[in-house]
Amino acid sequence: MNPAGRATRATTRHTTPRLGLPAWVFVPAAVGALFVVLPLVAMLTRVQWRDFGALITSESSLAALELSLRTATASTVLCVLFGVPMAVVLARTSFRGQGVARSLVLLPLVMPPVVCGIALLYTFGRRGLLGHTMEVLGVQVAFTTAAVVMAQTFVALPFLVVSLEGAMRTAGTRYESVAATLGARPTRVFLRVTLPLVVPGLVSGAVLSFARALGEFGATITFAGSLQGVTRTLPLEIYLQRETDPQAAVALSLLLVAVATLVIGLTRGARSAL
Amino acid sequence: MSRTSNRLLAVVTAVVLVSTAAACGSSGHGSTKGAGASGSSSSSGLSGEITVYAAASLKKTFTEIGTQVQAAHPGTTVRFSFAGSSDLAAQLQQGAPADVFASADTRNMAKVSGAGLTAAAPVDFATNTLEIAVPPGNPARISSLRDLTRPGVTVVVCAPQVPCGGASVKVEQAAGLTLKPVSEEQDVTDVLGKVVTGEADAGLVYVTDVKGAGDEVEGVEFPESTAAANTYPIAVLKSSTNPALASAFLSAVTGVQGQRVLASAGFTKAP
Repeated sequence: MNPAGRATRATTRHTTPRLGLPAWVFVPAAVGALFVVLPLVAMLTRVQWRDFGALITSESSLAALELSLRTATASTVLCVLFGVPMAVVLARTSFRGQGVARSLVLLPLVMPPVVCGIALLYTFGRRGLLGHTMEVLGVQVAFTTAAVVMAQTFVALPFLVVSLEGAMRTAGTRYESVAATLGARPTRVFLRVTLPLVVPGLVSGAVLSFARALGEFGATITFAGSLQGVTRTLPLEIYLQRETDPQAAVALSLLLVAVATLVIGLTRGARSAL
Repeated sequence: MSRTSNRLLAVVTAVVLVSTAAACGSSGHGSTKGAGASGSSSSSGLSGEITVYAAASLKKTFTEIGTQVQAAHPGTTVRFSFAGSSDLAAQLQQGAPADVFASADTRNMAKVSGAGLTAAAPVDFATNTLEIAVPPGNPARISSLRDLTRPGVTVVVCAPQVPCGGASVKVEQAAGLTLKPVSEEQDVTDVLGKVVTGEADAGLVYVTDVKGAGDEVEGVEFPESTAAANTYPIAVLKSSTNPALASAFLSAVTGVQGQRVLASAGFTKAP
């Protein structure tokens, strides 16, 4: 982080008094935490550790894990590429209908994932809105890994936009104004002042997007289909394994949880090192 | 982080919770409640209510049979929970309270009866065979199972792990063909969805699915389909709190009227 950022942090820390918490908040907080943690514990009790290694290293499991990591990474990159400019426009400009625009961008958050998949199908499918155009261009996304990445990006993008826009509004425009007064061009201000100030927000947004992409199920199965090594990501493999081999499904679920936890943990570590 | 971003985070959390709840609510556990009044017992001596766990492919036919049962025995109520057979079997094994279970295959019924949950031996009441579903107009001009192996034809089937996929493998073997599907779907609804939207040129689904989809797809019959007829068994469960009404429902399914309802939906009689 640049010196400006460090300065803001230090001031904030200095002026904020330590707040005491009312004792009663701990009760609902503990209940809520238990509600989240208990199902994970219940899952752990169902894992047959003897076969765990064999279950998660089967050919189909490894193919699903690899595909999941590849697609979730690709969609996180896309989320950053498109989400950062979207967040900047929402946070730093004002135009008519901005509220509506923001709601529309956040819409995938409230849509059931299957509905997202149907919407994508009606847009990019063979008979969709852009289907004909894409056929002329010789592009076909149905049943390809690209379709998986599109489905994941669609549902994960709002997470990045929301967290980054919040971070930008919090950071304020003071340093940007100063930089502009000193003669910095907009691109330079954006890259050297705006972005460095919101790196923590960007990182947490990217992590949220990655986690959402990793867990994506409904939109993928509706829009992309399910074929080993091509479109069958880890959540789809888990759902399928459950049909014949519940033990394998439990083992794979644990693997998915472990991967997600690892990613969040690593990013947290990297963030606090900033 | 400051108040603004915390508030945003709260909004996001709320929104995610709501959407998750909505997604859960929309999963296929629609229960149909009949018009039967509670309490008053009919001349047949049957009263009260039962819950029937039935395969999703039985939704239309069983709802109709349930209405018939309620009409024949005033004062009774037949409720349904429709979902994938393996989902229902798993729920029953975890102790879900139900009176009757009807599965789309013998494998999932075996799970339930094997766990000692059925009151009597399951009865086979219908069979279902595969058919090729194509989009209206049959753009890829499919007329046989062999046509599905033509290069450039996008075919979607069920994954071998689910009943319809197991049946697909059997017909492939019977015909001596190997299909190269672009996708192996989780269930027959997903296969049908890919055909209805025109994403796939053809899909292997059940005869009853083609009939149920109306004008949205066309069906192409093929002789090899007889190699894989899926048998539907039904059984009264030991945990039933109303075994009399549960048996009456089972009799209605296997009886003349019930069989007529099933036949008109495309099911064939169990051998």
